[in-house]
Amino acid sequence: MTEKKAIATRDAYGEALVELAAEDERIVVLGADLTGSTRTLWFAQKYPDRFFDFGIAEQNMLNAAAGLSLVGKIPWVSTYAVFVAGRAWEQIRTTTCYSNLNVKIGGAHGGISVGPDGATHQALEDVAIMRVLPNMIVIVPADYHETKKAVAWACKHVGPVYVRFGREPVPVVTKPEDPFIMGKANLIHDGNDVTIANNGPTLREAMEAVEMLKEKGISARLLNIHTVKPIDRKAIAKAARETGAIVTVEEHQVMGGFGSAVAEAVVQTHPVPMRFIGIQDRFGESGTPEELFEEFGLTAKHIVAAVEEVLKAKNLTS
Amino acid sequence: MVDQAKLKELEKIAHRIRCDIIWTLAHAQSGHPGGSLSATDFGVALYFYAVKHDCKDCCWPERDRVVFSKGHASPLIFSLLAESGYIERDELKTFRQFGSRLQGHPNLECAGIEVGTGSLGQGLSIAVGMALGLRMDGKPNRVYCVMGDGENQEGSTWEAIMSAGHYKLDNLCAVLDSNRLQIDGWVEDVMGLQPIAEKWRAFRWHVIEIDGHDMAQCVEAFDQAKQVKGQPTVIIANTVKGKGVSWMEDVAEWHGKAPKPDRCRDALNELACPAEYFDF
Repeated sequence: MTEKKAIATRDAYGEALVELAAEDERIVVLGADLTGSTRTLWFAQKYPDRFFDFGIAEQNMLNAAAGLSLVGKIPWVSTYAVFVAGRAWEQIRTTTCYSNLNVKIGGAHGGISVGPDGATHQALEDVAIMRVLPNMIVIVPADYHETKKAVAWACKHVGPVYVRFGREPVPVVTKPEDPFIMGKANLIHDGNDVTIANNGPTLREAMEAVEMLKEKGISARLLNIHTVKPIDRKAIAKAARETGAIVTVEEHQVMGGFGSAVAEAVVQTHPVPMRFIGIQDRFGESGTPEELFEEFGLTAKHIVAAVEEVLKAKNLTS
Repeated sequence: MVDQAKLKELEKIAHRIRCDIIWTLAHAQSGHPGGSLSATDFGVALYFYAVKHDCKDCCWPERDRVVFSKGHASPLIFSLLAESGYIERDELKTFRQFGSRLQGHPNLECAGIEVGTGSLGQGLSIAVGMALGLRMDGKPNRVYCVMGDGENQEGSTWEAIMSAGHYKLDNLCAVLDSNRLQIDGWVEDVMGLQPIAEKWRAFRWHVIEIDGHDMAQCVEAFDQAKQVKGQPTVIIANTVKGKGVSWMEDVAEWHGKAPKPDRCRDALNELACPAEYFDF
């Protein structure tokens, strides 16, 4: 794969907030003492009157956002995904989602690539616990451009949205002109033998896997599915029907997350063999993102192995 | 000073609301009488004296906001909304029944409800956000939050108290229904909170303590709260759980249990409610 410029999706989030705030004065941002690393500091410096630090007290922050939405604001709450989705989950459930309030949640430091901070700060469950909530939309953008489009879309949408960001720079692999339609998968590469369905910044690994598979004579379709909920059932059913096998890729527990959402769509439309790349029911640990991707089985090489395995299952059933 | 005629009128409304609460519970055979009856008098002072609102337009932008953090007081809340004219009084008969807008704990289906509540420890944070937003826009509207004393045990409540003090939200007024009881018994036995007034003061709030069943004190407390600048106000209303029905008073058992129809008739008789309340 050719080296492309790398930017963390959290940086794109910080940039997007500053840009969007200029167009819509209803946008306000709430932070919980992590404004630097969530990149909301950029907004806070530009719009100090529209930024509120709530200190290390996430539950209150979430419901204060709910209150702000009820008086016409578009609040973005940001902290690490573990704390925003985890600590304040019941506030999100019972206040924001039950009343279908216009609260936007930015979960930073999603996934194992958080690295040296270790398991406590690596959110591996947030997508699962957000997507289970009625009225909630869950988006995990793959790179810089997709993040900016997702944040802009979320500002226009009226209702709760969870957007997950990564800490580490990742190659910018999508283009500014690529469509971003909430709930719709983007076809990155067409193929007939198998489908790789990716969610989030692991897209670079999935793209590399497609190239490696090509060399082995395997034609893989690559779908990038930024929206976990609502999941694009149509694209998934079509992929299942036309390629007969699916491997999902996510930087999250395989239980309950993106892979599960795809599986739910597959079994209700066109059941085919599946394999799941993601965290296999373990906590994370300290290390470099590269070491952790290797240890937890998230690299292109692991995707290729999963494809080979799912193809065996496909050939057995066909 | 509020004139005596207004106080008498408010007391009359409070009496009707108590009848409505029992009547609502009699039909539902489910719900929370104790904390509804304890919050009735200041609740009436809030809705029919302190708060600026319009039952014909529940989305009127200039209205004050009321967040009932103690959403389990729904028999009281819906009775207040019926008395205000947001809903028909007859609809109270559908409380907690399938298909009703009057859910066990209030939600946005019902006109006059600002936000769904019922999970304790959440309401004050919502009120903080509302107060911040209204102040940002330079609006004069006030935000009221009615809380139970037991929910002061929630950590999130203290986060909210801390932030309101920090942001000096003088457009925010919390009312603490200090009936001293929670489901498991006396608050002080379950998880003691005293000295509660000192705690709120330490978190930079202005504290007013009143007899929550004395209408004149309730009304004056809301007036006084409006004058406080530079900090939020909490009115600690000392109340009696189940107030008005002798055998419910100070009895934790009546926190979340509706009396059987016969007992409801006893309660309505004791309250001297009119004949139309005995239709169940």
